[in-house]
Amino acid sequence: MTDRTCKVLVIGAGPGGYVAAIRAGQLGLDTVVVDEGRPGGTCLNVGCIPSKALIHAADEFHRITHGGLGIKASAPEIDLGETMAWKDGIVNRLTGGVAGLLKKAGVAFVPGRARFLDGKTVAVTGDSGEEKIRAEYVVIASGSAPVELPDLAFGGPILSSTDALALTDVPKSLAVIGAGYIGLELGTAFAKLGAHVTIVEAQNRILESYDAALTHPVSKRLESRGVKVMTGAKAQSHDKGKLQTDQGEVAAEKVLVTVGRRPRTLGIGVEELALTLDGPFIRIDQTCQTSMRGIYAIGDVTGPPMLAHRAMAQGEMVAEHIAGKPVEWDKRVVPAVCFTDPEIVVAGASPGEIEGTKSAEYPLAANGRALTTAREDGMVRVVWREADRAVMGIQAVGAGISEMAANFALAIEMGARLDDIAATIHAHPTQAEALQEASLRALDRSLHI
Amino acid sequence: MGVFAIRLPDIGEGIAEAELAEWKVKPGDIVREDDILAEVMTDKATVEVPSTVDGTVLELGGDPGAMLAIGSVLIRLAVSGDGNESDPPREAPKMPAPPKEDAAPPPPPTEPIETVVPARPNGAKPLAAPSVRARAREAGVDLRQVPGSGPGGRISHDDLDAWVASGGITQGHVTRAPNTGVEDIRVIGMRRKIAEKMSLAKRQIPHITIVEEVEMGALEDLRAALNAKHEGERPKLTLLPFLMRAIVEATREQPGLNARYDDEKGVIHRYGAVHIGIATQTPQGLSVPVIRHAEAGSLWDNAGELARLAEAARTGSISREELTGGTITITSLGPLGAIATTPIINHPEVAIVGVNKMQVRPVWDGQQFQPRKMMNLSSSFDHRVIDGWDAALFVQKLKTLLETPAMLFVEG
Repeated sequence: MTDRTCKVLVIGAGPGGYVAAIRAGQLGLDTVVVDEGRPGGTCLNVGCIPSKALIHAADEFHRITHGGLGIKASAPEIDLGETMAWKDGIVNRLTGGVAGLLKKAGVAFVPGRARFLDGKTVAVTGDSGEEKIRAEYVVIASGSAPVELPDLAFGGPILSSTDALALTDVPKSLAVIGAGYIGLELGTAFAKLGAHVTIVEAQNRILESYDAALTHPVSKRLESRGVKVMTGAKAQSHDKGKLQTDQGEVAAEKVLVTVGRRPRTLGIGVEELALTLDGPFIRIDQTCQTSMRGIYAIGDVTGPPMLAHRAMAQGEMVAEHIAGKPVEWDKRVVPAVCFTDPEIVVAGASPGEIEGTKSAEYPLAANGRALTTAREDGMVRVVWREADRAVMGIQAVGAGISEMAANFALAIEMGARLDDIAATIHAHPTQAEALQEASLRALDRSLHI
Repeated sequence: MGVFAIRLPDIGEGIAEAELAEWKVKPGDIVREDDILAEVMTDKATVEVPSTVDGTVLELGGDPGAMLAIGSVLIRLAVSGDGNESDPPREAPKMPAPPKEDAAPPPPPTEPIETVVPARPNGAKPLAAPSVRARAREAGVDLRQVPGSGPGGRISHDDLDAWVASGGITQGHVTRAPNTGVEDIRVIGMRRKIAEKMSLAKRQIPHITIVEEVEMGALEDLRAALNAKHEGERPKLTLLPFLMRAIVEATREQPGLNARYDDEKGVIHRYGAVHIGIATQTPQGLSVPVIRHAEAGSLWDNAGELARLAEAARTGSISREELTGGTITITSLGPLGAIATTPIINHPEVAIVGVNKMQVRPVWDGQQFQPRKMMNLSSSFDHRVIDGWDAALFVQKLKTLLETPAMLFVEG
């Protein structure tokens, strides 16, 4: 018995799934989206958005006493419960907004857990029982979940990123296992809120996937904020407020485990469908189609980079593909941002990644605007192809540099050459001038360095 | 932790060295016992070399294309127990990559040619804004074909409009951008083997090539009738099994054509067996699987064996034995077979029979032109050991047998 039929069924209402559903609805396709939680997925509920709210609150709190510039204030206090309530308000507003957008696009939202019965039929188990939905096209957008450590299972003082975003008291001491961007973002925020933070990383340095030139200012800042970073260290167990590692004991009222995220392919019947996998991820082609006709996959389940904006772009493309439009994945660049302190942005090729490219960087210490905000740590770097001076990559590290991610991506996606960026007037005084200066430097025509 | 060196095993046939064709692992990879480490290539075939231990790759014994001596270190692994090497990794004892005199001179450094607009490297994605790319996809236009008028050859909406308006042909003010890219491709692996073999054959053997035309009507009728009769039960007959039969018959009268000439020792080996090599195109390049004892097989035996070997050659699952020991070779390009070709003999054999395309051509029968199915055979012979007279006799024999196919099956 099938209880419901539709043209497009989207499993998961995260950034990938809800965008796919909205676009499909806009294109007049009869669309259903299923999610066991509220619309918005990890990103809106327990990821990008709430963590940025917490980071902002921590920055504001920290600035009062550590801002310098002649500003003096008596010891500030923070009611983290109130901060979290403010954050929850933002989350509610955004998830409510997504629900409204889905409705406006004519998409039905079915709460519950989806499981494939066959390639065209999905059973949704919700509070009110089970419903079978048969769809012509299925889009798997089930996302990812935090990886758990066997000896430090989530629960009690052992926190996942989700748990950390729900704390109502600042822990006295916090050990963060894993110096990826999630661990560093949250660890830094709690350090600024007053926690004694120790980062425990198994690799030899923080943010292993980024080059040292980008991570060095972050390391320095962590050091100056009293955050202890243990590299090449392995966490072993936690008991009575102490975390044992192979490099000794660490005080840790709470332990935040951020050692990566795994795709949510288990439990939704992906195994039974025998879709071709790529490691733990679902293999997709240029149009996000899986090995089975009519089944698409987008977002974190399809592998790295696990980024909301990539999933959104895939979701939009998939909806248009189902509607018969001639689309394919031809993006030149998926920018990535670490909201560490200072922030890191990477877009496109790194130095040395593509043969025949060169790179040039411009330090923020030579940028007027950076000096006026008392944040001269950082730089902007441009990678270009020698043959035609086409810009192949732009990376940067600096306070507030995340807002420049779009400039970087736009330049690469539009096919800009160094000459184009160098010849574009960049408003003064802004940090963005550093990109123009890096391009001038690459052309051997530096003006300000 | 110890260092374990895996040496290039003796892969048979008394060879002293093998070419490293492809690495399946890279430094830092974790490998398990029996995982494939590399593919090495001998004169005959590609062989996979598995790991004999679990470990982590430390060092590779050479780059693809390098010649490695049997017994030299192929790879070093870090293993959990004691290794088989006490010394830290040292310079791998490897043979110099191709010997100097054989090596192609290094390509001259590619100097950028001064152009007004530097062009993107060959094969790079065209520079164009997302909206231009989307429009091109909608219009079914491959942007790589579209000349861009912008800096660095960037393609604008106007460029795309002009391209579409011209029907995909550049006209008027729009000009094709000069492409100054140079792509360097190393000649390694199977391609190098082919190159060496072809050079050897062409350098050593003075070829004489004879082209003769054959009227194929009778044989084509017979072939169609046999295929119709045994449809679904037996392998489908192509022209090649008949030609193999004809070669068996013709070489019985002229055993000197079914031979291998060892020019160093000055001996011609004439064989009773007719092992016919069939030149076959594979994704890696030209390969010559051998139908053994074609003289003993029926038409269908040989057709079935041919199909099996051709498939094995294409998928790369063919064995060394199946690629060696030919006594004469057939080369056929099917419908691409042209009017005439000058086949190169598969050294050290002495003859090769080339099949050209079949087509209906007008033939003067004494009173009028008749449409006839005609096909040319272009055959080359080693003129050191085969005189023109004998070569011509052989070709005429093939022609007679194919034009009167009943004679293929009459003993005596």
